[in-house]
Amino acid sequence: MELDPLLLSRIQFAFVVSFHAIFPVFTIGLASWIALLEFLNYRTGNPVYEKLSKFWIRVFAVVFGMGVVSGIVMAFQFGTNWSAFSLSAANFLGPVLSYEVVTAFFLEATFLGVLLFGRDKVPRGAHLFSACMVALGTFISSFWILSANSWFHTPAGVELIDGTFQVRSWLEAIFNPSLPYRFAHMALASFITGGLVVAGVSAWYLLRGRNPETSRKALKITVIMLAVATPLQLVMGDLHGLNTFEHQPVKVAAMEGHWETKSGAPLILFAIPDAEAEKNHFEIAIPKLGSLILTHSLDGEVTGLKSVPAEDRPPVGIVFWSFRIMVGLGLLFIAVSLIAAVQLMRGKLFESRRVLHVMSWMIPLPFIAVLAGWFVTEIGRQPWMIYGLLRVSDALTPSLTGWMALTTLIGYIAVYTVVFGAGIYYLRRIVMGGPDPVESLPEAPAGGPKRPLSAAHAPTDDDVRYEGA
Amino acid sequence: MELIDLTLIWIGIIGLGIFMYVLMDGFDLGVGILFPFAPDDESRDLMMYSVAPVWDGNETWLVLGGAGLLAAFPLVYAVFLPALYLGVFLLLAGLIFRGIAFEFRFKARHNKFWWDRSFSIGSTVAAFAQGAVVGAYIQGFEVVDGQYAGGALDWLSLFTVMTGLGVVVGYALLGATWTVMKTEGHTQRWANRMSQRLLIGVFAFFVIVSLWTPLAKPHVMETWMSGIRWLWVFPLLTTLVTFWVWRALRLRQEATPFVGSMLLFALFYIGLLISMWPYAVPPDYTFWDAASDPGSQLFLLLGVLFLIPIILMYTAFNYWVFRGKVKSGGYYH
Repeated sequence: MELDPLLLSRIQFAFVVSFHAIFPVFTIGLASWIALLEFLNYRTGNPVYEKLSKFWIRVFAVVFGMGVVSGIVMAFQFGTNWSAFSLSAANFLGPVLSYEVVTAFFLEATFLGVLLFGRDKVPRGAHLFSACMVALGTFISSFWILSANSWFHTPAGVELIDGTFQVRSWLEAIFNPSLPYRFAHMALASFITGGLVVAGVSAWYLLRGRNPETSRKALKITVIMLAVATPLQLVMGDLHGLNTFEHQPVKVAAMEGHWETKSGAPLILFAIPDAEAEKNHFEIAIPKLGSLILTHSLDGEVTGLKSVPAEDRPPVGIVFWSFRIMVGLGLLFIAVSLIAAVQLMRGKLFESRRVLHVMSWMIPLPFIAVLAGWFVTEIGRQPWMIYGLLRVSDALTPSLTGWMALTTLIGYIAVYTVVFGAGIYYLRRIVMGGPDPVESLPEAPAGGPKRPLSAAHAPTDDDVRYEGA
Repeated sequence: MELIDLTLIWIGIIGLGIFMYVLMDGFDLGVGILFPFAPDDESRDLMMYSVAPVWDGNETWLVLGGAGLLAAFPLVYAVFLPALYLGVFLLLAGLIFRGIAFEFRFKARHNKFWWDRSFSIGSTVAAFAQGAVVGAYIQGFEVVDGQYAGGALDWLSLFTVMTGLGVVVGYALLGATWTVMKTEGHTQRWANRMSQRLLIGVFAFFVIVSLWTPLAKPHVMETWMSGIRWLWVFPLLTTLVTFWVWRALRLRQEATPFVGSMLLFALFYIGLLISMWPYAVPPDYTFWDAASDPGSQLFLLLGVLFLIPIILMYTAFNYWVFRGKVKSGGYYH
């Protein structure tokens, strides 16, 4: 059997990057949540915040650890499987990825040590500072990564000379046209992901009558945040879509399932796109709405897939359906968040078991929405590595053989299955253990001597109490 | 751009970055390598506590090495990684298994045994793979038109297996002397005994590699034989430092063995660079051939010159917060 290194490398990259992406998207939101809790704890001295923070730091440590180790893999994927691309794009990509490391990675990794293990070793202010630095690091990190990623979609500020990209304007290249939209869309997605998980876990506790004080506090803050963030994401997503329509109309055509370029294009709700026949089966559509959304005019012209030759089109079905999954889940998040917010305002949220149940079911959904979103944008970029300039097929490592790519693909799947399995197992256990009860907090004056390391805390594990992680 | 040789500056920066990585992740990988040999579970707990707050930051230097090479010497990045394709996978898999062990070992009830294995085997494999990379660098690569053109297992040879084992033993020495510094009582006594044995092992590997490399690589022989005479000060210093560490261990000194072991690594590292100079991708490409566009080198340099000192400062702060002997229960409670 002939193994195709190109296809296997694409599958491998999709696999390792998808696996990696779910961790940062969660930790970015969670880091800000922890920084907020530490801030509230610092300001009010209310033990509820400290308990909550300690609990979520435990979750954070596991998720962040998995994010770090899968992130190290990403730093080498471009070299191992896409060396032709690396050599070609190094002048831009190298400095941008290096800036991520020196501005963010070090910041997170170093202050994480103090955040996890330093609560009793540094002054309270320094601990709060560490929490803020970790949160800041996650944002700076995503800025650089999304800058590099956006440049794949909307390359700017460079010139292609003898197969190598030379940077003409760093400002234009870094702040390329799709970066602001992608960054805002992703930051909101992180807040929504973190928020839905925190809210879901808190709702789950309330349903079982556990940790009522901490859970009510956490649920209240996150529901308010979600009620603002989820509708905002709809607006942001729309703006991002318009930006994509401007720079990558063929991708939007795949998202919308439009084959023909026409004015007054419909909004297709359901269809089974057929790339062979270049048309949709079983199409259900609302006339003219597609043009209205994309061009803000009922008769605006919308580009179709057939405007470019077949070899320049992305795979339509998966882009089309991933897009519908993302949007559908986004609308669901808005509905759930708004209902919860209304119940909160009426003072009934903590007793409405049905709403709490629904919230606890939400936990896995934001991750699916985020992955679906990445599928839309990255598969929609095909067949280009750098949009319009370098094809994926020209980016591959020349010396790579099919069996090499297959070996490491199987290897990564095996390794990540173990990592992910263990991660979920221990996260579940941390969540089952829950935050420490508020009553058991030892009395300590602010800024006073070190608290005794209380053995009275109900241990959630064997002999070792492993606080913060 | 003619006034300053940016490439030379970047050799310095990447060189420093890789050296920082070798020293810092070296001792925490070493702790992992020694894990199965520790006298008891209490010692293992202490050893893990002693590196838990710093390993994340240590490993970040590797990511900087990867990204920095792509930025400053893309040819190195684009040849080494494909050439060492399977070795790189082993390295990453090893780092993943040891990395997650930090989180999961303390949460495990019945599976602690498996996370111990994950930590020690992962650390050993990662150290071996890094040693093999050094060996492969000395061996050289088959390159056509700036792309690796050899086979998948060209890097694996008797020589690279030996450099791989050499680094495993070397990291274990760093880990053992670190443990001497960070612990007390029976754990410390055990670490001291291990350090003495490992020191002999490290010196043996040093002698073998030092003799083998010039015999196999004519240009290395030339550098050492007809080059500058003062080069011979390095093997001499290595021997002296080895005795110094040996004496400190016999006198049961606590910090000196670790400092001395780091010094040994510095000498090996400088010796290697001098031997291979000026080749980035031997046998044909120098650092200057492998360099990226001067504009890119300059753009990153401006930020790095400003940021590396800050990183070093807060890294020092982190080590300072967790200074002193690690206690039972450690920073976890």
